[in-house]
Order: sequence, then structure tokens, then C-alpha cells
Amino acid sequence: MTSTFDKFFTFLFYRKGLAIFLLLAPLLLWLGVVYLGSLFTLLIQSFFSIDSFSGVIKREFTLESYYDLFRQSTNWDIIIRTTTMAFTVTVVSAIIAFPIAYYMAMYAGPKLKPILYLGVMLPLWSSYLVKVYSWKLIMAKEGILTWILNELGLLHLLDVILSIPVIGGTSLSFSYIGMFLVFVYIWLPYMILPIQASLERIPKSLLEASADLGGGPAQTFRKVILPLAFPGVVAGSIFTFSLTLGDYIIPTIIGNSSYFIGMAVYTHQGTAGNIPLAAAFSVIPIIIMMVYLMIAKRLGAFDAL
Amino acid sequence: MPSKWNLGTIGLKVATTLGFLFIHIPLFIIIMYAFSTDEKTFQFPLPGFTLKWFGVAWERNDIWEAIILSSQVATISTLMAIILGTLACLAVYRSKFFGREVISFLVILPIALPGIVTGISLRSAMSLFGIPFSTWTIVIAHATFCIVTVYNNVLARLRRSSHSMVEASMDLGANPWQTFRFVILPNIATALLAGGMLSFALSFDEVIVTTFTAGQQSTVPIWMLTEFIRPRQRPVTNVVAVFVILVTTLPILVAYYLTKEDEGGKK
Repeated sequence: MTSTFDKFFTFLFYRKGLAIFLLLAPLLLWLGVVYLGSLFTLLIQSFFSIDSFSGVIKREFTLESYYDLFRQSTNWDIIIRTTTMAFTVTVVSAIIAFPIAYYMAMYAGPKLKPILYLGVMLPLWSSYLVKVYSWKLIMAKEGILTWILNELGLLHLLDVILSIPVIGGTSLSFSYIGMFLVFVYIWLPYMILPIQASLERIPKSLLEASADLGGGPAQTFRKVILPLAFPGVVAGSIFTFSLTLGDYIIPTIIGNSSYFIGMAVYTHQGTAGNIPLAAAFSVIPIIIMMVYLMIAKRLGAFDAL
Repeated sequence: MPSKWNLGTIGLKVATTLGFLFIHIPLFIIIMYAFSTDEKTFQFPLPGFTLKWFGVAWERNDIWEAIILSSQVATISTLMAIILGTLACLAVYRSKFFGREVISFLVILPIALPGIVTGISLRSAMSLFGIPFSTWTIVIAHATFCIVTVYNNVLARLRRSSHSMVEASMDLGANPWQTFRFVILPNIATALLAGGMLSFALSFDEVIVTTFTAGQQSTVPIWMLTEFIRPRQRPVTNVVAVFVILVTTLPILVAYYLTKEDEGGKK
């Protein structure tokens, strides 16, 4: 028994190609069949249609779902609303993340660095739902934020912010500002880490060279550090953008119940049972992400991942 | 660093401190609320302190069922991810062949695409082929996106460990299986464990893909989501939230210490 076993491995040893194939086959079968296969069926189903009377899905090629999708202006609103939110969240996350990443990479000593790193890792990995829920507690009317603002005598400021049209609302947890805050909070670590990694990779000698050549701190920052750190920012933005684009939990729990792409997909497939329309809808974020990833690749973000 | 950047340094320190407070305080607030005597609202300051809700949560069968299902799913998906991911790493790390980049891309794709896309794809495929929802449909979904954590951890370790040991083992007459068992496996053991831990935490916490592939069953995140939308006993939800923080945080700490050597070697 053992010898057949040994013989088999020795046999493989002289056939590198076969060995590699056998090692890869399970993964390729899994991802190829289960995952890509599913993506493909999704795409196929988006070309099916649903009979509006019987609710039965007709398995014939048609562009009806796409026509339905783009005909209604509310769907356009959903797409624009989601993309705008994803874009704003990305930009603000980058602005908040950069100084943190900069401090971690350039200033923190060897003792502080691992602590800070862990400090970003833990919230990144710890429960997504719990984090969303904690903001529900924080932003509730009788909750901690109201209390703090009240103690500081700034409660009227909150009312002013909430009275701003479009982004305001009845309370923080029922407004775009609240939703935006939660999105930034949840995805921020995803932005910090790639920026920190790309800053970490800048050779210190480059900074010295810049100083030797007469570059002031501001100049060095603008002409040396920023361009070299930019791929990291783009890498981080892939996460913040993609995650906001597909999220439907946050808009469900927090916000003024206006639809986001994820919620639309969920409702169309679930309550409405219109899988073709849901499929067509979910092709939108795929296309947006494909374009985004292509631009990101051009900007060198993949080397910074 | 130049000391003349003093003002800037102070600004940076302030920004970093604020940033860290921002990402950490909400988690502490959740923990605090699990001990509140307040039953109906989210009142602050807390009216009182109690341990009662931990007992109430302990007695609830629906919570236990969700925890058991989540643990089963996370364990099986992690094991599958470990097998699939490690085999692929062994193939990829020393050889160059056509389509190598494609594999890295394929592994990342399930988490790079929005969760809703992964979720609805799997669901639409399952409904198209008439696969009934069960624990296994959740496992299939979870294993798909768990592979990446194992793959990345193990591949990073393999790339950093020296190949001369493998060569020495072969020279001394060990066959590939013996080499794997006695040389490669001990080398990647901690990376495997770390990847496995992360994969477990990832699966235990996943909600979006799970809502599409779970049918009537509730994993812990699904249970929580239902409670957020239709609360029954708010304080119990807070207790479960604390439990979930522990279950997802501890594996990350362990994983971090297991791969710390790797990080040190990189810098």
C-alpha cells in the first residue's frame, strides 16, 4: 500500500506538468464551476424575462429586463444615488485615512507600529453587523451622541445639519449623513492599510535625496511621497468603492429607506420574485467595478495591494 | 525624521488619535450596552448595570441553534478552503506557467466583487438547477470566498521560506509526499492556522452572501439582522453582539501572532 503511494508520488515527481495540474484541479474546478458558473448563470438569467401575469420565468433570450431597468427613471436614481455615495465615501475615507497611515508608516516607532497595525486590523475584521448596529445605538435619538451634544450645548447644531435638504432627515439614523458616517466608519480600515503599505515601501533614501537636493518638507511630500503613495490610495479605494456599491445592509438599517442597488437587487429577487430584473440590476455594479478596476490597474493600484 | 516638522507632527498625532478613537469607540459602546438595565430604548447614560441579559440569552434556544449552525458552516468551509487553497499554493509558488495570474485573480474575485453579486449569482444558479437550500448551500457559498485568506497566507509563507530545504530533502531521497509531510507542512503550519482562523472569522460573520443562500435557516448574523429589523428583546441582541465580537476578534489576534514573523521578515 505504502509503496504504491510512494510510487505514485515518484511518478508525479518526473511529470511536473501533471503534478501542477493535479494540485490546481480542485481549486479550478471549484472556482470555475461553482463561482464562475454562477456568475455566468446570473448573466444568462438577466436575458430571460418574467411573465407579468403568471410570474413564471420565460427561458428565452430577450433584452426585456434591461429595457425595464433603464426605462424607469427611479432605477437611474438608484444607480446614481449608490454610485455617488460610493464615490463620496471613498474620497472622505482617503482624506481621513491618509494622515493615520502616514503616521503609522513614517513616525511610529518599532514598539508602537505593531500596536497601531493591530488597532486597524481588529476593527477591520471584527463583526460587520455588530459595527453597523453600534451606530444605530450611537445615533439613536436618546442615545450617546445626542447626550454628548447636549452636554456640550451643541444640540441645535445637529438640528441645523439635519434640516439641510436632501442629506438631512428626521434624525441622524434616518438620514444620508448617518448612512454616510457608518459607511466611512466601516470601510476606513480597508483604506488605511493599503496606503500604509505603499508609504512603508518608499525608500528612506529617496526622502534624504530630496532633502539633499534642496527640497523642503512640503515639496518632498508633494513631489516624492504623494505620487509614490497614490497607488496605495487607489488600491484602498477599490475596497471602499466596491463595498459601498454592493452593500444593502447599511441602507436597510440606517437611512431614509431610499433604495440602493443592493436593496433593489434583494427586493426584485425576493419579494418580487423577478430574478431576471434582479440579475440585470446586479450586472450594473459588475460593469462599474470592471471599469473601476481597469482604471485602477492603469494607476498601478494592483502592485500596491 | 526631520524634527522641524514639529507642528505637522502634532497635527498628525491628533489626526491619528482621533481616527483610532473613531474606529474603536463604537465597539466599546456595544459592550457597554450589553450590561444596561434599559429594556426598550438605547438610553444614555445607562440607567443601571445588570448581568441579567447574559442569563436570558443563555436560555434562548433560537440563539443556540444559530450559533451551532454558524460554527458548523464556518468549520466545514474553512476545512474546504484549507484543502483547495493549500493545494493551489503548492502548484503556484515555484512554477511559472500560463494562467498563473489568472488563478490569483480568480481567488480574489469572490471578495472583490460586491457581496450582493456573489450572493445573487449563487442563488440564481441554485434555483436554476433546483438545488434545495440547506447547510450545504451556505457552505458552498462560504468556502468560495474563504479560499482567499488561506491562499494568501500560505502563499506568502511559501514565498518567504527557503527552497533549499525542499531540495535537500529531495536530494536525500525523500519522495514528494515525505517532503511535504516533514519539510513543507511544518514550515507552513502556522500560516495555515492563521489563514484558517481568519477564514473561520470571515465565515462566522458573513451576512450578505448568506441571506441569499440560507433559505429558512438562521446563522448568527442572519439572526442578528432579523432582530435589528424586528426587535424582540433588544438587550439580548446586545449580548449576542458581544459574543460575536469575541468570536471574530480572538481568531484575528491569534492569526496576527502566528504570522508576526512573516511581517517582521518583510520589513
